[in-house]
Parts: sequence; structure tokens; C-alpha cells
Amino acid sequence: MYIVIIGGGQVGFYLAKELVESNHEVLVIEENPSRSAEIAETLGEIVMCGDGCEAAIQEQVGTARADLLLAVTGEDQDNLVACQVAKHVFNVPRTVARINNPKNELIFRKLGIDFTVSATSVILSQIEQELPDHPLIPLLTLRSGFEIVEVKIPNGARVAGKPLGELALPERSIIWGVIDAEGTPQAPDAARVLAGGDAVVVVAPVESEEALRSALTELA
Amino acid sequence: MKVIIMGCGRVGSQLATALDEEGNDVTILDVNAHQFSRFLPDSFGGRKITGNGIDQDVLVRAGIEDADAFVALTAGDNRNVMASQIAKHIFEVPRVVCRIYDPIREQMYKNLGLRTIAPTNVGTRMVKEELEAE
Repeated sequence: MYIVIIGGGQVGFYLAKELVESNHEVLVIEENPSRSAEIAETLGEIVMCGDGCEAAIQEQVGTARADLLLAVTGEDQDNLVACQVAKHVFNVPRTVARINNPKNELIFRKLGIDFTVSATSVILSQIEQELPDHPLIPLLTLRSGFEIVEVKIPNGARVAGKPLGELALPERSIIWGVIDAEGTPQAPDAARVLAGGDAVVVVAPVESEEALRSALTELA
Repeated sequence: MKVIIMGCGRVGSQLATALDEEGNDVTILDVNAHQFSRFLPDSFGGRKITGNGIDQDVLVRAGIEDADAFVALTAGDNRNVMASQIAKHIFEVPRVVCRIYDPIREQMYKNLGLRTIAPTNVGTRMVKEELEAE
């Protein structure tokens, strides 16, 4: 694969290193001349010094034949523009953006960026898994506006004692499985009766998070 | 008309002042509060909000949910582009105007449906006309 990386900071550098080691063709665009010289010294001549948001620079590195463009600078707005230029000027089939503000996930997706990665969201979801008062944990955001979430059924929840087949969930939400209190995963059988302590893994539209939370965790 | 202006530089402040004097409901945003005292007259009657316009929470605080217009006038093209797209596609503000200095980027976002202003092209043309004037 030919992969163009925008931003040669820590994230861009280690991504490039790993991808080169897996035998991909990689090119990093880094704005800062001394940083780009540093990368060239370690990884070889796979760096172009310039503004990765500019169509002229993307053209020089042959972005039109790239299979993938990763925009991983520290600024959300620069990553957005770099991906949009790649998509709309060079028809790159897949673009990935690093974002800082988790709320930008939705706007990036709406604007055609194929995938976003937010360190903030990842860390937040790790913290939430440790907290008993966070019954709903987003595990993974999918393309097309869906996410996979885990919902812990509290003791005394309205849904405790009900079979999966009778749950009233938000539209387009599907139960993928149940993990019981002992940690054993089970297939989503319609007859399986929910109990407090179960964790339900659901695929649902991102905007249904609140509705899902109240459907599964409200107390009787 | 309820207008939000992002960026309180020379153009942003002058536009905010003019729209305020005409009786519009004006809110001006800047990451640096010092810009308000530097560029806005004491008579300015609009709201001043310190914050980053690419943050949706800041835009909500500025009243974007029922704004009639949004104008992006910071010094950063990418910042302007991102905020304008949030205003247009997330909050569905009826009129969004975005300044973009880089003419190539300006053309691309115009093609994508943003109302864009390219001061570089306009400025170049005006300087050239002055040079060549009799």
C-alpha cells in the first residue's frame, strides 16, 4: 500500500516507522524543516518538508495514487483540511484523521472523513470502565454513524428479569451479545433473561446513546 | 438578524461594529480577549465571547443554534474552514461566509458549497489596477 502521513510529530513518526517495517510505501509530510530533517536521518528519504494541507504539496508526493492518507498533526482543523483535500482533489479512497476534541467525531464523519481516532475518547473510555457510575461505555465508533457500546445492567433495573426478545431498544439498535457477571460471553438468544450484573454489547446509532442508556439502566 | 463573527481582528471588529450600529444582534468570538479592547469601540453593544470557534460548545455558548448568519474571519484558513463547516452542516445556519487566504483552498471549498471570500485574489487585483492606472 502507498500511505501518505500528514504530520511528523511523535504519532506520525512512529506510525511511519511501523508501516515501513511492515513493507508499506510511506511518505511523511512535515512542515518544520528541522523536524523533517530529523525524520529523514532516522527513517531515510521518505519525508517531504511542506504544508500537508496544500494541494500543491500533496500533488508533489503523488497523493493521487495513495491508498490511504493519515492526518495526524496535533491540530484538528489541519487534519480535517488535509483529509478533505486528499478526498476531493485526489480521490484518495480512505482518509483517517486524528482528533483531540471527541465532539469533532461527528462533524468529521459528516464531512466525509472515513475514520477518526481520538486519544481523548480512548483514555476516557478506559476511565469509564473503572467507574461503577458509568453504566454505558462506548467501545468503538464505526463508519456510517454507528458505535459499539457496552451497557452494564444495574441491580434493580427495569429490564432485569426480562428476556432479550422483549426489550424496547432505540431504533436500529441491535444486541450483539451478553457477558454475564462471571465474565462469560453468550450469544444474544431472544429467550435469555437479563439479570443485574450482566453486560450487554449493543450496536447502535451514535445519537441514540442517551435513549439506550435509559432503556437498559433505568431502575424499576 | 442574529450574526456570529469568529475572529476579532481588523475585518471582524469593523464588520461587528457596522452590523451592531445597524441594529443587528451581534456576537463576536476570539480566542484572545485582548483583541476586543484593542479593536472594538466602547460603543459596541454586541456580545463578546472568549473561546475557540472550532469547539462546538463555544459555538453553542455564542448562540449558534438560532443564528441567522455565521462569519469566519480568523487569521487561519483551516480554522475558518472547519468552523464554517460546523456552522453549516451541524447547526444548519442559513448563511455562512468563510474567509480563505489560500486561493486554491478557497476554490475547493467554494466547489464544496461554502460561501467563500478570497482576499488574496481581491487584494492582488486591486494593487495591480492601482499600478497600471493612468
